[in-house]
Amino acid sequence: MAQPVLELHQVTKRFRGPAAIGPVSLTVSRGEAVALLGPSGAGKSTLLRMALGLLRPDDGEVRFLGAPIGPADHAARRGIGYVVQGGGLFPHLTAAANTALVARHLGWPAERVRARLAELAALARLPADALERHPGALSSGQAQRVSLIRALMLDPELLVLDEPLGALDPITRAGLQEDLRTAFRAVSKTVVLVTHDLAEAAFLADRLVLLRDGQVVQAGTLEDLARNPTDPFVARFVGAHRTLVLPEAR
Amino acid sequence: MTLAAALALAALAAPAVKVGSKAFTESDVLGEIVARVAASSGTAAVHRRALGGTRVVWEALTQGEIDVYPEYTGTLVREILAGERIDDDAALRRALAARGVGVAAVLGFENTYALGMRRAAAERLGIRAISDLLRHPGLRFGFTNEFVDRADGWPALRSRYALSASAVRGLDHDLAYRALAEGALDVVDLYSTDAQIAQLDLVVLDDDRRAFPRYDAVILQRLDLDARAPAAVAAIRRLAGAITAGEMTAMNARVQLEHADPGEVAAAFVARGLGLAQAPAARDGLARRVADRTLEHLVLVAVALTGAILVAVPLGILAARRPRLGRLVLALVGVVQTVPSLALLVFMIPLLGIGARPAIAALFLYGLLPIVRNTHAGLTGLAPELRESAEALGLPPLARLRLVELPLATPAILAGVKTSAVITVGTATLGALVGAGGYGQPILTGIRLLSVPLILEGAVPAALLALGVQGLFDLAEQLLVPPGLRAERG
Repeated sequence: MAQPVLELHQVTKRFRGPAAIGPVSLTVSRGEAVALLGPSGAGKSTLLRMALGLLRPDDGEVRFLGAPIGPADHAARRGIGYVVQGGGLFPHLTAAANTALVARHLGWPAERVRARLAELAALARLPADALERHPGALSSGQAQRVSLIRALMLDPELLVLDEPLGALDPITRAGLQEDLRTAFRAVSKTVVLVTHDLAEAAFLADRLVLLRDGQVVQAGTLEDLARNPTDPFVARFVGAHRTLVLPEAR
Repeated sequence: MTLAAALALAALAAPAVKVGSKAFTESDVLGEIVARVAASSGTAAVHRRALGGTRVVWEALTQGEIDVYPEYTGTLVREILAGERIDDDAALRRALAARGVGVAAVLGFENTYALGMRRAAAERLGIRAISDLLRHPGLRFGFTNEFVDRADGWPALRSRYALSASAVRGLDHDLAYRALAEGALDVVDLYSTDAQIAQLDLVVLDDDRRAFPRYDAVILQRLDLDARAPAAVAAIRRLAGAITAGEMTAMNARVQLEHADPGEVAAAFVARGLGLAQAPAARDGLARRVADRTLEHLVLVAVALTGAILVAVPLGILAARRPRLGRLVLALVGVVQTVPSLALLVFMIPLLGIGARPAIAALFLYGLLPIVRNTHAGLTGLAPELRESAEALGLPPLARLRLVELPLATPAILAGVKTSAVITVGTATLGALVGAGGYGQPILTGIRLLSVPLILEGAVPAALLALGVQGLFDLAEQLLVPPGLRAERG
């Protein structure tokens, strides 16, 4: 069996008070797209930060491409592209400079940066003039696309997205959702994304991991979750997303 | 041939005699006289005028920053050498010699401390002696700041006469006279040669319990000056017994009441009293004076501020990176800020002497706090998602600092530097107290002489400079703050 891209072994994180996350174990294989799902406060973002090595777990271990990853492993982290919630673009740099920041730091020649940027802008369907603007002058959809380009710049093994469609209006959201899926397929990356939206998760990911109170409740395809809920919470979570489905015409 | 060359070299290297004086009129005039007398011997002489209070000038003498200055025996015995038993002149000279200091000349007049009141008030209350004050506890006392603190001043007076300590105000000597004249104060300390005693028709209260010692005016010199500039010392010795109390009072009156230039008054005395005719020193024009002061002031501000930026920004970064150490750093630079500026300047004298160096060091220390605090606040106040973003991109800490955190904190850091610069421009006026020159020079002299034009000669350029500095930093903001941040601020 090929080596997994990301492994979480019995990862736990305790906070002040009773709240805690884990122990959670999760393995993400090469080429797989996994969605971490759950209501607010389920621990999705904390789990994600531990997966990126930004936050050290109290117990358990996180491995990226077979090697442990922690806060000091900067070089290893360049193998992970991260789309921060809300974009996380640096306001003092233009969109182009934001995306090229690390490549420049690593000493890429300007020509290589330009070529890679053009390729990714086409993939993320970002208009060329938007690249020259500062984040304050971008629409939220454009900012999210720039953030995606920045994450893909170094051609990472793993792409991680935290609520990539969170703050967008429905129309922008629909368009971007489509483009994200196209992009995932085009780059054939391993993907981990966090969302609280079941439809979005099912649209973008092959496998859904449903979390509640810091624990994995059930993992599987949307069909598994809908047909064989292991827990009343799973049924409720799936059911809550049915309300928007229009009644069939007779 | 060789001998001639050696002599020529020695003449070239001959050090100037450095004369100092305290920040009041009589000391200034005496300093001018000494400098002129020393110069008459053919030795170059400079006068570092109105350096500050007793401690400042005494430290400057013992540190070798100055060679000569006028002092009073009572001040030596009760204040400078307080704690040693000095019963007579011989003991005083021994105590001074132990510190490398000698008395070059006893000038021939006494300028004692005394208390004075307006004649009308004194007669109405029947007050003739200091002990009479005990019967009128409601009187308002206004004393020179130095007098309030000095062992031979108010403390000695209070314990000798058992005066109550209430309603004592410390203020500038010349301002005290004005307050007395306007009836805002009832009793002030006097120097017995002050011109205002006659002018304001004051009663000098009898020191009936002998609280004050004798204050014979003397010229102190470093003993090593005898070897370095024997001709100058010989000339200064000619001042022994050369000035009477009447002459001194008249010279003080010329400066304080008629606003004559102390240098001119001194030159007239030297020509008349000692027969040393001198070409009158050309007085610089206003533009020239302001230009010189501006240059001195700018050097103080520029050097101190540059140093403060170079040290404070890294300190602010360190404080942001290591929160525990950061609290200590912020507390320390905060404490520096609470030290009164004059005290800080005086602390610097034993370390750095007098002149620009102690002033720059003190300004540098004052300049640190706003920059450290704003750098720290700018870095710790960054949006957490931006910091996480930079970390998640895989940038090492130094690259994050350089590429993301410092650029984002630029507006805050610049604001700190601007605050610091404006404060420094203002505080640098105090540099004149330790001989650093700058706009403080005319301001201090103006306060002493109650001369509004002189005060304005320093205060107006200082205010303009502060405005200019502000404008310069607004411009720097335009150039240095990244465009994306400016747009966001709208």
